[in-house]
Amino acid sequence: MSRYDVFNSDVIIVGAGLAGERAAIEAASQGLNVIILSLVPPRRSHSSAAQGGMQASLANSAMGKGDNPDVHFADTVKGSDWGCDQDVARLFAETAPIAVRQMAFWGVPWNRVVAGKRMYDGKEIEEDPEKEGLIAARNFGGTAKWRTCYTADGTGHTLLYTMDSVVIKLGITVHDRTEVLSLIHDGVRCSGVVARCLRTGKLRVYTAKSTVMATGGYGRLYGASTNAIINEGSGMFVALETGIVPLGNMEAVQFHPTGIVPTWILITEGARGDGGYLLDKDLHRFMPDYEPNKKELASRDVVSRRIMQHIRKGYGVESPYGAHVWLDIRHLGEKHINTNLREIANICRNFAGIDPIRDLIPVRPTQHYSMGGIRTNIDGMAYGLEGLFALGEAACWDMHGFNRLGGNSLAETIVAGMIVGDKIAKYTKETSLHISSALIEEQVKFQEDRIQALIHCRNGKENVYQLRREMEQILSEHVGIFRSEQPLKKAVAQLHELHQRSFRVGLRSGGQGGDPELASALRITGMIRLAYCIAAGALARQESRGSHFREDYPKRDDENWLKRTLAYWPVGSDQPELKYEPVKITELPPGDRGYGEASTQAAKAAP
Amino acid sequence: MSPRQLTFHIFRYNPETPKNEPATQTYDLQEEPGMTLFIALNKIREEQDPTLKFDFVCRAGICGSCGMLINGRPTLACKTLTKDLPKDVTLMPLPVFKLLGDLSVDTGTWFRVVSLRTEAWIHTDKTFRPDAQEDRMDNETALKIYEVERCIECGCCIGGCATANIKPDFIGAAGVNRVARFMIDPRDERDEQEYFDVVGSEDGIFGCVGLMACDDNCPIGIPLQGQLAYVRRKMALAGWKR
Repeated sequence: MSRYDVFNSDVIIVGAGLAGERAAIEAASQGLNVIILSLVPPRRSHSSAAQGGMQASLANSAMGKGDNPDVHFADTVKGSDWGCDQDVARLFAETAPIAVRQMAFWGVPWNRVVAGKRMYDGKEIEEDPEKEGLIAARNFGGTAKWRTCYTADGTGHTLLYTMDSVVIKLGITVHDRTEVLSLIHDGVRCSGVVARCLRTGKLRVYTAKSTVMATGGYGRLYGASTNAIINEGSGMFVALETGIVPLGNMEAVQFHPTGIVPTWILITEGARGDGGYLLDKDLHRFMPDYEPNKKELASRDVVSRRIMQHIRKGYGVESPYGAHVWLDIRHLGEKHINTNLREIANICRNFAGIDPIRDLIPVRPTQHYSMGGIRTNIDGMAYGLEGLFALGEAACWDMHGFNRLGGNSLAETIVAGMIVGDKIAKYTKETSLHISSALIEEQVKFQEDRIQALIHCRNGKENVYQLRREMEQILSEHVGIFRSEQPLKKAVAQLHELHQRSFRVGLRSGGQGGDPELASALRITGMIRLAYCIAAGALARQESRGSHFREDYPKRDDENWLKRTLAYWPVGSDQPELKYEPVKITELPPGDRGYGEASTQAAKAAP
Repeated sequence: MSPRQLTFHIFRYNPETPKNEPATQTYDLQEEPGMTLFIALNKIREEQDPTLKFDFVCRAGICGSCGMLINGRPTLACKTLTKDLPKDVTLMPLPVFKLLGDLSVDTGTWFRVVSLRTEAWIHTDKTFRPDAQEDRMDNETALKIYEVERCIECGCCIGGCATANIKPDFIGAAGVNRVARFMIDPRDERDEQEYFDVVGSEDGIFGCVGLMACDDNCPIGIPLQGQLAYVRRKMALAGWKR
């Protein structure tokens, strides 16, 4: 029996969520041979968990009247706290309406405009009969217009199922339960991946002209995250470990304002978008005190900080899992909750034993999204290696800068899938595969040695689960919503030590076949490296921008820090190396966001 | 009240090592407030037995990865609270699907095959025009499609189906429901005879013997009985016209 199986294709795509599948469709439609690798069956990907919606400036709903890509662009740039590349944000905003309509064409049952009047937050809204039956939009944070297209609160589910139906129709090959361990590259060009079959444990080699990372975020580095358990940042650390591909803005970590206590499952922003309130222990609606204009619907970084600020002042509700606030959607009524917010009603009932029609929902800001990721150019090609692409949450494309708006992540996956997918196809058609068998041998041998060392506890007997808990603890405690120098220094020192200890992991399971402990052990060093990049980037950045808030540097500092962090991990190094590059400002010079701590419009005298 | 001591009786078998026969292994675990089977199984793996195989992804009842037989009933482990179970809990993998090891089964491959067989995608002769406004749709129609589209392909309806357990090619309630989703979608241009070709057989809608365990077991409450009746009626008519 051979030691490993070999597969060849034009394009290898790692990750079968929305971004990966959309890029696969683009490449396959242009006649290329595509294989998608996925940890799980495609429809189980974390894209399916996105509840709220997808931003696109269709301007069909009454409250979206006058919307267009210019407004969407401006919202996105403000949301990013001017940390994004504006050429990318522009391209994105222009393409999003086409993406939404194409998904409708392929079968997504978008909610549609219904003519007539209804009440919203004390105001009457009248939908235009002319627009009846066109794709509707709901309100989301940080947007000037109602722009978030949705299917009840199962938007990610319907998008992913529709996208996957096209993948099946086109006959694109998917290898699920497959985990990528490393990239095959010669320092100039990427020629594929080494992977491990999670069914049998056998190693595999996939060679391709183009290799695409669409592996999503790293939420699970944090103990309390809304993310699925597969979101461990594998694509990011595999790219980082080449030593020549940098990760952009890893310190930009989004905390969603409303994770349910204590399971940290997401309660969609749609709950506030549809008119939900945040209440404190006295049942006082506190957001208007801090953000008189946007109230509960300022951008996520701002709402999360306001909640924590209010809790710190002693207005939180005490619980065994720490202080929290309440989300109140009772006034939206049974019919609305049971149709448009049904998934979250189910989550409340199943996981918290409460009924949001009658009860308040306990919520607290929870790790949710990674703005940072594999740094790419506007075409989606990674810095440092030819033939390597990245898109979606795994990438730092970079349209989110230091804070992503709700509804812009689903939109990014599909828009990037269209645009980057096309670039991948063009690149692939013009290139040919040159790969030395010695290089493949060397890469496979390296992974085989790692696996044998783990199985036989050759380097030690550190427990992978213990290390993992420590890493989660360090990030949650020291690299959270409020950051400052001393805790960040502590985090860096602790992660440095943890990184060394990760080389001494040994298995207790024996590591045979598709052993789950071996899979965890193969990831742990890479995950700690990502955590290290986050902490080191946060320590170095002496300003506050978007989600990155330094209590010791509470102001945005455009003079010194209007730039993107690039974290490298040189091969053999015991720590990351930070470099910086300017952000691209093409249209909108840095200014006031109109909400948040720096805004003159935000209340000066919040309690 | 002192916390309960739970005893888990878990099916163990690895098809890669067929010499080790299937067996039930027992694990004791102290119950915690708010404990789900997601928490319990991970605790067992991390603290007692790192070889134990099971599948979770979203742990929020959304992705459909963790269907298993819990004290004999097919349901999602992630949304099962231990406080709703007796102190002895038996966990078995879902039947019908290929066993990958212990509680892990290959629902992904099964559903992909059914999607291909039923051609579960929008069939249309139109081409997408990027510059055009979207076609209109009544919101009620959109909501009706979504109601059916909500299926998360967890396989609980299949594991609990008598027909699926004896007929390997039966597409089950989830398969029929998927076809119904396209039947009610005005964007899909297939006529009833074309639907008959993919679902009008003993392995399709006519294989259903009407025990309706699927309807009882669906963990997200899709009205499967109604969907089966709808497709059956349409296909009976289509068959009669042949």
